[in-house]
Amino acid sequence: MAIRPPEQRVWWNEPVERGELVWIGIAFLWGLVMFFMMVWWHFTGEQNLSNEAYRISPDDFATRTETMAEAHTVREEGDTGYPVVHPPPGSDVYMLARLWEWWPILELEKGQSYRLHLSSMDWQHGFSLQPENINIQVHPGYELVMQVTPDEAGEFSVVCNEYCGIGHHTMVGKIYVVEPGQGGAAAAAEGG
Amino acid sequence: MATTAEALRGRAPREEKFRVCPATGLRIHIAAQTLIKANAVVAVIFLAIGGLFGLMVALTRWQAVHLLPAEWFYMILTAHGLDVLLVWIIFFEVAVLYFASTVLLNSRLATPRLAWVAFALMLIGALIVNVTVLEGESSVMFTSYPPMQAAPNFYLGLILFAVGALVACFIFFGTLVIAREEGTYEGSIPLVTFGALTAAIIAVYTLVSGAIILVPTWLWSLGLISHIDPLMYKLVWWGMGHSSQQINVSAHVAIWYLIIAVVLGGKPLSEKVSRGAFLLYIFFLQLAAAHHLLAEPGLSSNWKIFNTSYAMYLAVLGSMIHGLTVPGAVEAAQRRRGYTNGIFEWLRRAPWDNPAFSAMFLSLVMFGFLGGISGVVLGTEQLNLMLHNTLYVPGHFHATVVTGTTLAFMGVTYLVIPLIFQREVMWPQVAKWQPYVFGAGAAGISLFMMGAGTLGVARRHWDITFTDAYLSFDYPATAFLMLGLNGLSAILAAAGGIMYVAVTVASILFGKPATAETFSQGRMIAPCGPQVATTYGSAGTWHLPGTYVLVGVFFGAFVLYYFVNWKYLSELWPLG
Repeated sequence: MAIRPPEQRVWWNEPVERGELVWIGIAFLWGLVMFFMMVWWHFTGEQNLSNEAYRISPDDFATRTETMAEAHTVREEGDTGYPVVHPPPGSDVYMLARLWEWWPILELEKGQSYRLHLSSMDWQHGFSLQPENINIQVHPGYELVMQVTPDEAGEFSVVCNEYCGIGHHTMVGKIYVVEPGQGGAAAAAEGG
Repeated sequence: MATTAEALRGRAPREEKFRVCPATGLRIHIAAQTLIKANAVVAVIFLAIGGLFGLMVALTRWQAVHLLPAEWFYMILTAHGLDVLLVWIIFFEVAVLYFASTVLLNSRLATPRLAWVAFALMLIGALIVNVTVLEGESSVMFTSYPPMQAAPNFYLGLILFAVGALVACFIFFGTLVIAREEGTYEGSIPLVTFGALTAAIIAVYTLVSGAIILVPTWLWSLGLISHIDPLMYKLVWWGMGHSSQQINVSAHVAIWYLIIAVVLGGKPLSEKVSRGAFLLYIFFLQLAAAHHLLAEPGLSSNWKIFNTSYAMYLAVLGSMIHGLTVPGAVEAAQRRRGYTNGIFEWLRRAPWDNPAFSAMFLSLVMFGFLGGISGVVLGTEQLNLMLHNTLYVPGHFHATVVTGTTLAFMGVTYLVIPLIFQREVMWPQVAKWQPYVFGAGAAGISLFMMGAGTLGVARRHWDITFTDAYLSFDYPATAFLMLGLNGLSAILAAAGGIMYVAVTVASILFGKPATAETFSQGRMIAPCGPQVATTYGSAGTWHLPGTYVLVGVFFGAFVLYYFVNWKYLSELWPLG
């Protein structure tokens, strides 16, 4: 019994029954399958989190984000005051997190790749792209750089999913994805 | 070590008081018994408080009810995590450690006086943390990620609690040394004590990690240190945060074996295999801090893959082994008791009206199917991208910690009441249904949060309608349905929790004294089974078709769910 000392004093020499051995073997092999699945996906899969990251001061990151926004702002989002930035395909795009907003709003082209930079100005935040459901932690002092290729057009939201104080539930950002060659100034004209 | 034991023995008064358990014939050290009672009672009180907080959280997430205002929600959520995940579970585990090292080894407890100091430190620490959180300035969640800062007493309370728990672990180790020195048992320690030893070893690693990160964070909150790196904090903090859950796993697996032994007279299929599985926990479980760092910048994929998989899933291997040997021990015991027809007579005719057994078996099944499988998926480097910080995460750990650990602890309580408190369990009908009510509620909480998380709903979020946000977003309607069902499940779980607390408190205060008669008539706990088979691994006793079917179903579900998630992942935007 499990509440008494083992009946056989030399319990470590008892033979192990075949059924148990088979299951241990299956479980061990399954562990290897799951382990190498992660490795394999790095070579063949298209969804991997980038390993490119840098230490950066919040001020530097803000400056770079603002520089991008000044150069490529195409319109304002309604009367919210948020600039909508349409950077050239293939370029470096920035989104910063701070209490309690994602800034600025990005407009990307479908099927084009971008180098997306993420960092926080203050506390930790969670970049949760919805309804796509891609979730990445955003730290102050660290900059994550990753290649993204939006593969469908539409309106996407960035919800903060790392608790960041009392305004946490109001922290929502946006990413628009438009057909190649569209959006930008054209959308501004349409929208009046 | 011998000198330590001699020193301890020299100091201990020789006239230690013992009583003999009428059910098991074991000698029980009175001082240890009082400590087991004290730790268990405080644990249950904090379960009641923390459980109430949890109900309030779930009723706020249910958007149609939306019980608490935002400030309260974040404050209560912080307190909920601390009280149930830390205080309830660690207090109960200390009781388990004292039980496994004294009662099961026929031994006295090393330094009961120091054990009271540990108890006081833990209690004072828990009270300080609770008061500080409820003052409202420390709504930083259980994880308290910097640069967000709590009041200094928040960290101080946690440090005191951790130091108290650490002292309790060393009293456990000391007791093992004394028991061996004084020859209170023959051969090796029992499997349950071995499991408790595993839990205690992991606890030392856990609590030291906690001290390493919480002490500087406390000094930072006092203004004595200027900066805590948020990534470094997370790495070390989760050495405590995740490893403390591995203490739970070791402890509740030990309790599964304990309940099988006491209720059915069952024994492990193979001491070597079960102990080997515990050993895998000691070696590999601690790597799991990486589970919380998969979506982080600044750590390489090599580091993430090796650590998140516990070095190629060797700790998962340990759990999968217990997944065979625990139901196997039940089947073997039942077949020895004569339930040998077909594949599943042993299971149909199991003592389902004994709450210790039903809680144990529900805990086993739900820990494996809901908690185990979801944990592996969540801890896969790339799959984590779809699930990180969504409600899937609390869904997963409610399956492990509530349907797994808490339900197992509830089950063993029905044995502790007669054996340690020496009372009969009151209201047997309520006790009989309690594990089912609580288990169904907790399973619902886990499943519906996981469902909402799969739809992208953020965790720790007061308002998923984003009423006060400048920019709007609508989660799918199904997500709201999931959170409504989560609220209903929480009500059910709360009902089960109230039944548990009511039966426990009433039995301790007003229960009839348990006598030899209580046990011989099998009231509430079945008599220990006949001590049949004397050797392990003989083909005669080792025919367990039912267990193989159960394990096969589990494995099929595991493989299927794992690859379905990879399919979902492949549909996301290409990233790299």
